[in-house]
Amino acid sequence: MVEKQYTITDEAGIHARPASALVGSISKFESDITLGFNGKQVNLKSILGVMSLGIASGSTVTIAANGTDEEQAMAKIDEVLKAEGISNQ
Amino acid sequence: MTSTLSGIAASTGIAIAKAFRLENPELTVKQQQVNNPSDEIVRFDAAVAQAAAELEVIKEKTAHQISDKEAEIFGAHLLVLSDPELIGPIKERITSDSINAEFALQETSDMFITMFEAMDNEYMKERAADIKDVRKRLLSHLLGVKIQDPSKIDEEVIVIAEDLTPSDTVQLNAQFVKGFITDIGGRTSHSAILARTLEIPAVVGAQNAMATIRNGQTVIIDGLQGTIIVDPDEATISEFEQQKIAYDSQKAEWAKLKDEPTLSADGQHVELAANIGTPKDLAGVLEHGAEGIGLYRTEFLYMGRDAFPTEDEQFDAYSKVLKGMQGKPTVVRTLDIGGDKELTYLDLPKELNPFLGLRAIRLCLEMPDLFRTQLRALLRASVYGNLKIMFPMIATVEEFRQGKVMLEEEKAKLLDVGIPVSDSIEVGIMVEIPSTAVMADVFAKEVDFFSIGTNDLIQYTMAADRMNERVSYLYQPFNPAILRLVKMVIDAAHKEGKWAGMCGEMAGDEIAIPILLGLGLDEFSMSASSVLKARAQISRLSKQEMASHTDQILALSTSQEVESYVKEIS
Repeated sequence: MVEKQYTITDEAGIHARPASALVGSISKFESDITLGFNGKQVNLKSILGVMSLGIASGSTVTIAANGTDEEQAMAKIDEVLKAEGISNQ
Repeated sequence: MTSTLSGIAASTGIAIAKAFRLENPELTVKQQQVNNPSDEIVRFDAAVAQAAAELEVIKEKTAHQISDKEAEIFGAHLLVLSDPELIGPIKERITSDSINAEFALQETSDMFITMFEAMDNEYMKERAADIKDVRKRLLSHLLGVKIQDPSKIDEEVIVIAEDLTPSDTVQLNAQFVKGFITDIGGRTSHSAILARTLEIPAVVGAQNAMATIRNGQTVIIDGLQGTIIVDPDEATISEFEQQKIAYDSQKAEWAKLKDEPTLSADGQHVELAANIGTPKDLAGVLEHGAEGIGLYRTEFLYMGRDAFPTEDEQFDAYSKVLKGMQGKPTVVRTLDIGGDKELTYLDLPKELNPFLGLRAIRLCLEMPDLFRTQLRALLRASVYGNLKIMFPMIATVEEFRQGKVMLEEEKAKLLDVGIPVSDSIEVGIMVEIPSTAVMADVFAKEVDFFSIGTNDLIQYTMAADRMNERVSYLYQPFNPAILRLVKMVIDAAHKEGKWAGMCGEMAGDEIAIPILLGLGLDEFSMSASSVLKARAQISRLSKQEMASHTDQILALSTSQEVESYVKEIS
């Protein structure tokens, strides 16, 4: 399993557009991928799950991937978070 | 009989047309047992596939006819259709309880809708509408009910609906749909946002529109006031027709000016810039055709948090703004905190006269680490655009020199470690203290520009606290004392080949603009929404003619006399 923490820098938090880009980009990975925030954990492949957390700017989230392609999935997530301006670290 | 309804003004403009009711289809769901759950799952999958195909078409059409940004909403709808946390549980319920797909869908989606509606955030609440929209589409396929297709409307109408789903809204053909009214919704609902993009008037949250308005009745919708008039008489119709003509022609005039430089009637160029507080304000700046940013108030970066923003956080914000402005001039004011603006995490001793106390540049020079962090972030961001740095509340030449030395030192340090810094950053000052206005000729030899901050300049010149209502009569932007100071500053700048701007309320004021144009002000910075109006006003004014009145205006005795004089000549 690989796990990484991110601080959300997009001023609007994780709203529909970046959430769609993120969820859309990882659906093809076989690994289970979760997004943890504020003691809750959701499936990162679920747009409703991601949106339901209501993640605001400045929050710290934990993303974990577990499966055969976990490394590739994590690299993709890293890339999308930066490209979409969701998080820069 | 004429009746009037009111709601929330969601998109400006006026429309007069016949009502077209968009009825909600009957999509009642009953719980039923199914004999063969696997057949039911096949039926559900087929409905999902049909709905997805439909959404792909709508998404394409929207990207093509409206914008990629509007099309994204349907990208999100497609993701909802393939959401494992929605589709998975629906199929599980069909199998485990042997129930029909409609009921499983209804129950499972209700859970998400309730969850989003309960969130204490307007934006998230609106997402419930997206789930309902997707559900409605799926249900119509499962139940074989045809949904009324708003894209089939082929005469001029005003659409009346209980609510418009995002997909209803984008299918409205702006050629025929002159406006819309909904019973529910708010200014941030998707349909309201889209109405503004399509530039058709809309009133939302009208509550009783569906109950009151019948198909074919004449309806006036006033998207400026948020009012709806049903069955108006002839006089009312012609009154609104007049208003509509006036509104449309003004809008057309302003729209033409959006990408134009600001020119006076005699062809002289001045720069109209916008004031901003955060990178979020950028959209408005570009939308209203500002030629630059005349004041970026950086203190918002420091407020509403519990520690100082890091250099990287500041760098992100500044570079975002500079990139967004695509090389247009961007004046960033260094931290202006203290006075009435406090930071919870910065414990400063209480002062008897905070407006005359340790604030802005005074505080920054007192706390050099804080100041240098901001300067470094600005210097690093400078390569992304046309940065100009401005120090606030400068009272003496020494203060400016100290600030400038720190800036040069930070620049040298960055260059030493190989971090690129623009070599064409202008460094200027706010003129808001009378001593600085009086000494403008001396300052002009050292600074690259002046920006006159009128709110404070008036307060300090008149010795009248602008927060104190009992002396509010002394807040007189047109007092000849203020105008003479403004003239001194502009003349001093020009004598040294520098430029002078203004970034207070006054720069966008209808009475002030003719005077400032005549005085030779180079840059006017105001709230973004005032830019087009100011540009239209300046296009009707001759700079040379306004300049010919300057001596007479400055010789007047009172603020009142100045106002009357300007109204007379412009």
